[in-house]
Amino acid sequence: MKLSTLQIRASEDVVRVRQDVRAHAVALGFGLVDQTKIVTAASELARNMIQHATGGELHIEAVENMGRRGLRLTFADNGPGIADIERALVDGYSTGGGLGLGLSGARRLSNEFSIESKPGEGTRVTIARWK
Amino acid sequence: MTSRIPEILDKHHDEILGEWVRMLARGHGKTGRLREGEIETQARDVLAALKDAVHEGNVHDVDAPAFARLRELLATISRSRALQSFTPSETATFVFSLKEPILARLGKSISDAPSLEREVWSLTKLIDKLGLYTTDVFQKSREEVIVRQQQELAELSTPVVRLWKGVLALPLIGTLDSERTQIVMENLLRSLVETNAEIAIIDITGVPTVDTQVAQHLLKTIAAARLMGADCIISGIRPQIAQTMVHLGVELNVVSKATLADAFSVALERTGRTVVSIKAKA
Amino acid sequence: MERIPILKLGRALLVTIQVDMHDRLAMALEEDLTQKIVDTGARGVLIDISALEIVDSFIGRMLDNIAGVSRILDAETVLVGMQPAVAITLVELGLTLSGIKTALSVERGMALISERLEAGDDDADET
Repeated sequence: MKLSTLQIRASEDVVRVRQDVRAHAVALGFGLVDQTKIVTAASELARNMIQHATGGELHIEAVENMGRRGLRLTFADNGPGIADIERALVDGYSTGGGLGLGLSGARRLSNEFSIESKPGEGTRVTIARWK
Repeated sequence: MTSRIPEILDKHHDEILGEWVRMLARGHGKTGRLREGEIETQARDVLAALKDAVHEGNVHDVDAPAFARLRELLATISRSRALQSFTPSETATFVFSLKEPILARLGKSISDAPSLEREVWSLTKLIDKLGLYTTDVFQKSREEVIVRQQQELAELSTPVVRLWKGVLALPLIGTLDSERTQIVMENLLRSLVETNAEIAIIDITGVPTVDTQVAQHLLKTIAAARLMGADCIISGIRPQIAQTMVHLGVELNVVSKATLADAFSVALERTGRTVVSIKAKA
Repeated sequence: MERIPILKLGRALLVTIQVDMHDRLAMALEEDLTQKIVDTGARGVLIDISALEIVDSFIGRMLDNIAGVSRILDAETVLVGMQPAVAITLVELGLTLSGIKTALSVERGMALISERLEAGDDDADET
């Protein structure tokens, strides 16, 4: 079920992303630690989008699976795309704080993570956390 | 080739509902756990949702968005029945019994044998999927109840003890599973803040086995405590557990002592204290 | 744009972060702190994050930067009041913040700084 769509252009929007995701997580009944994890993951991905793709969109959906409720976030941008996804997921904080920690961090903090990206075709990252 | 099921559900809605409710009432007469009014309301809602779901012509894919409302409804009904001690088959039968009234109408409306055969097959598969869905949700609900009860038990059975100013002890007793360990660890971190403690001693004397997952949780908790500005000591590591951890490749980068007493001694030292005997009066 | 206030607490500076910071605010804080350390000759910086509900890698980097700059200016940085949920998330995220000392409360943080000052000042010249 679609909950909301946010445009992400500047760093003020990152704050709004955090507040919105937090509100939806609370509404779905997530515990404090789970809330913190998904909000932090969203913050990482939102910042990535601003830094590497001059912004994009965030789609927030409530999902359900066999009676279990969850929150799914999709970050979509029309940026340059990622040439080597595997490497982007491995590079860490130490390599200058580029894409690395954002993607791998978001993956670690989520129950589900998927990414589609091709050079010149933008990037789409989807994460989900289940209650 | 479009299915005629949506059209038949539309045209004969009232008759199908009536027959279905009569069948259900007959079945529930024995158990009587649901009031008849309740059964009728549930049946009415489900049939309406089914009608909407297949409205566009999809009678196969129950995971499609059009079926979302129906899935939600079935999940709610299944969950509430799980809580009311129905058996899974009683709940599934609620859905399966919808086949008969619809099949009867199919037979009357379709004269061409191959088409009838195809439609019967489609309907059977559809209702079967929906019935099985309720069974899965039922299972999940029962599991959730058990998990919740375990959580409550975990919180009750793991007190955090203030051994001394700035020193907390967490005596863990019993089998540690992933779920319970997480709750217990969150409690510990919260207690650190509330008591402004410097050191927490996690005593696992009463824990029979420690698997990799539990060891990971322990390590993550210790890392979190350190990030917050406190530290941890593990006590009560029995030789067997130590061996298991080495074999599992778990590295404990934290001070570990055999007994709670030893750990307490280290904690006192670290917080700048020592124990002295009071000299007896001459 | 509002700036985060920096208070003088003995020989240390105290910063209390209470808002969800956006980038410009965070950078302004770094600049202001650096300037203030030099202006006051502070030997310690206490950053109170007890109101911060989210610490992501950007904030983490900012905190590391502040600690690094302070060290060069001969001041010790202590992070105070991290919330349990934040700590658990940082561990999961893999952010170790290894360059910064941490304490559960401002009092503890001050004690840490004083300890270090006492240890160091024994052989330092009087200024």
